Amino acid sequence: MKQVNKSVPKIDGMGLAKGKPAFTDDLADSNAIIVKVLRSPHAFARIKNINVDKATKYPGVECIFTHKDVPRNVFTRAGQGYPEPSPKDKFILDEYVRYVGDELAIVAASTDEVAEQAMKLIEVDYEVLEPVLDFEKAENNKSVIHPEKEPYTMFPMGFDASKNIACTYDMHVGDVDEVLKNSEVVIDKTYYTQAQAHVAIETHSSTAYIDHYERLNIITSTQTPVHLRRIIGEALGMPINKIRVVKPRVGGAFGGKQQIHGELFCALVTLKTGRPSKCIYSRKEVFESSFSRHAMRLNIKIGAEKSGKLKAIDLRVLSDTGAYGEHALTVFMIAGSKTLPLYNKVDAVHFGGTVVYTNHTPGGAYRGYGAIQGNFALESAMDELANKLNIDPLELRKMNMIKEGETSEIFKIMGEGGEGTAQIIESCKLDYCLKRGSEMIKWNNKYQNKNKKVIDDKVRGIGLAIAMQGSGIPNMDMGAASLKLNDDGFFNLLIGATDLGTGSDTILAQIAAEALNVPVEDIVVYSSDSDLTPFDCGAYASSTTFVSGNGVKKTAEKMKNLIISEGAKHLKIDVSDTIFDGKIIKSKDGENSISLKEISKGWLYNYGQAQKQLLAVDSYVGKKSPPPYMAGFAEVEVDTKTGHFDILNYTAVVDCGTTINPKLALGQMEGGLLQGIGMAVYEDVKYNKYGQMLTNNLMNYKIPTREDVPNINVEFADSYEPSGPYGAKSVGEIGIDTPPAVIANAIFNAVGVRITDLPITPEKVLLAMKKKQIK
Amino acid sequence: MKIKLKINNQDKIIDIRPDEMLLEVLRKNGCLSVKHGCDTGSCGACTVLLDEKPILSCSYLAAKAEGHSIITVEGAQKKVEQISKYLVDEGGVQCGFCIPGLVLTVMSMEKELNNPSEEEITHYLSGNLCRCTGYSSHTRAIKKYLEEKK
Ligand code: FES
Ligand code: FES
Repeated sequence: MKQVNKSVPKIDGMGLAKGKPAFTDDLADSNAIIVKVLRSPHAFARIKNINVDKATKYPGVECIFTHKDVPRNVFTRAGQGYPEPSPKDKFILDEYVRYVGDELAIVAASTDEVAEQAMKLIEVDYEVLEPVLDFEKAENNKSVIHPEKEPYTMFPMGFDASKNIACTYDMHVGDVDEVLKNSEVVIDKTYYTQAQAHVAIETHSSTAYIDHYERLNIITSTQTPVHLRRIIGEALGMPINKIRVVKPRVGGAFGGKQQIHGELFCALVTLKTGRPSKCIYSRKEVFESSFSRHAMRLNIKIGAEKSGKLKAIDLRVLSDTGAYGEHALTVFMIAGSKTLPLYNKVDAVHFGGTVVYTNHTPGGAYRGYGAIQGNFALESAMDELANKLNIDPLELRKMNMIKEGETSEIFKIMGEGGEGTAQIIESCKLDYCLKRGSEMIKWNNKYQNKNKKVIDDKVRGIGLAIAMQGSGIPNMDMGAASLKLNDDGFFNLLIGATDLGTGSDTILAQIAAEALNVPVEDIVVYSSDSDLTPFDCGAYASSTTFVSGNGVKKTAEKMKNLIISEGAKHLKIDVSDTIFDGKIIKSKDGENSISLKEISKGWLYNYGQAQKQLLAVDSYVGKKSPPPYMAGFAEVEVDTKTGHFDILNYTAVVDCGTTINPKLALGQMEGGLLQGIGMAVYEDVKYNKYGQMLTNNLMNYKIPTREDVPNINVEFADSYEPSGPYGAKSVGEIGIDTPPAVIANAIFNAVGVRITDLPITPEKVLLAMKKKQIK
Repeated sequence: MKIKLKINNQDKIIDIRPDEMLLEVLRKNGCLSVKHGCDTGSCGACTVLLDEKPILSCSYLAAKAEGHSIITVEGAQKKVEQISKYLVDEGGVQCGFCIPGLVLTVMSMEKELNNPSEEEITHYLSGNLCRCTGYSSHTRAIKKYLEEKK
């Protein structure tokens, strides 16, 4: 392998560092109309009357839309495939506002200032309703968040708006209650995970214009341009052949940009005025009025023998989807489907629960996507079991975890909102990950020496967890590519895959280069333009390397065969006697040959009736979703006087198959780990009793800074996934999953207290220690 | 109102509103490398150099820049390339949104600190948030850059 498993520098890295205009706001027309959104100050209210007369007359105002002026088509902003596994429960604008920050009116004006002034002139008469702000009291609450009649789901998912239920799900293998009853030991615990904000540094941004074909063009910071085109068509009731969606460079996404944000507002304004418009969210809008990770309550029971052999796992989840149901079902299901298969040898397993509406900012896709929530519960409970049985947690994992060549029934039962896809695990180096990670962090010495005093009141502890994710959604997600041969023998690679800063343009170029045996420089990439690039579902569900990567590999192999068959014709030799080595097309004995440089020129300019354009297109849909795996370890130092703790080391050993680009894979891991550490110990979306978000800016919502980075050590296991492109699996999400459980386990190891609700703060640790002393 | 200032070594007289922030003015005047990341002066994406010192242009009144010299990434391409080579090689440019502000801060750190330790580096740059990389690649790159520059 020459071009893959190689740290090629990211192809757009230098251009971006040098500040080339590449992001949505950089590309917007300098005279674009400014689009702003008037947002609800109430957590739940009905608009009795809204008067925009004064605002419309304000000089500089172009137009204003309220719920009376926009098409009333119900849709979901989730940005998923079709049919969508999220309830259709959203209108562009509605007579109800369901959370603080929900959209009331769209204001288009010549400048920001004019728009701001105009918004103040809009008169709204509210009927303020009793909000539902405690998700544990949402079900059957007398306040019904979606009283309207239009919402529906595209397939059964237990949706019942009258009870504030977005969806329910239940599955089991064997009789869990029975097996638990007969288990020698049972752990029965409840964990809580909080809402987390994505905080991509670029806020949600979109711009629109009408081109000379009179089509609506939308440039937007999105993960899913093709889904977006479909959803905009659906919401506006307009044929999608009139819409083009272009994804420029995206300033970070992490799931937050899978959903729709300002695109529809720009579309409405541009369609009405015929002029370019742009909608750039403020940071406050991103916090309050986009999406956050679904907060969850997870009840888990694990039954085991005294030897440590697991017998049954029962996981019951309550999830808060906020005001709208984007990703309600799928995130919640992944809390089970991407955690429970880790322990595949149990006699019985049950997963089920409910996702409820509340008057919070909606939940949405966020890196980890339920797996991080499920992992915190499962891997904390496993630690509690190890402690109860007095078994080393490392040994408990080894005894019970999934191994290469095995399967889990859950793969077949649980899929993307419906049934899943059975698969045998062909690559799983969890045993190596645990072994290597424990060497790196010196587990054996440190685990036994728990509560080790270092200085004064400080004690150290160590913890671990294992995790899995997936690689795309099998039999559903598709990635396609086309390759065009140009004179001088270089290629255009057109891909629908959406690079979010992840480096997918680079690794997909590497895959094409590898298949064609040409240098990466000879692959010129253009991605994510709904008019020009082949279909791709978009960047989510850890799909790009595996799904789009396989699509690119197939396409490049097709191109190689095309070069050989057409080259043979030119050389007048038999195809079976022709080889292409990346530079030269030749007969096996080398007697007849021509360089790609020369023939590519001839095919375009000089071969008369034999002139032709070589173009290859192919696509790929996964038959399986091979999980990447990892083992995470952390060492913490806790101050027993104050509860303050430092994470001294974080060690991660990862099996993501063969890395296509080790440095970029490392970047995914390091970035994912720090976001996971953020969720574990810093970040918390908080509301007051009126449902107003308290953490709606970067001063109150702290993401880790450079000074918060512990000593992080990441290594990759030597692994090869047969179904992956050149052995690769996904790496985008797996890194975020372990920190919450690992750090909770390490703190337990240090001071003997167990934090069961995230984030783990010094105050919680201190209170727990005090409580323990009193006991 | 009109102000006189230098942007990327060019003398300019530009029309501004008295309440306009420097960030908006720079972007309107073609410096699109200067990014807007927050409303509270917390992210560092809007960093520019004012008389060689980093400032947050989102919370700096354009009117106050009268008579001063502003450098953005557009005006320091060569130096930016030297530093960024290390960032790119270490995989430290993911989405790239935070990078122009970061690189300008590194330029000023180089002038201010002699032989900084890793701790001093992360402290100096701590106002430049990055949500993609986890920062470790930045630290490796900047250390290497400073090392090889010697
Ligand atoms: S834009 Fe965030 S600090 Fe200036
Ligand atoms: S590279 Fe994306 S924010 Fe730093």
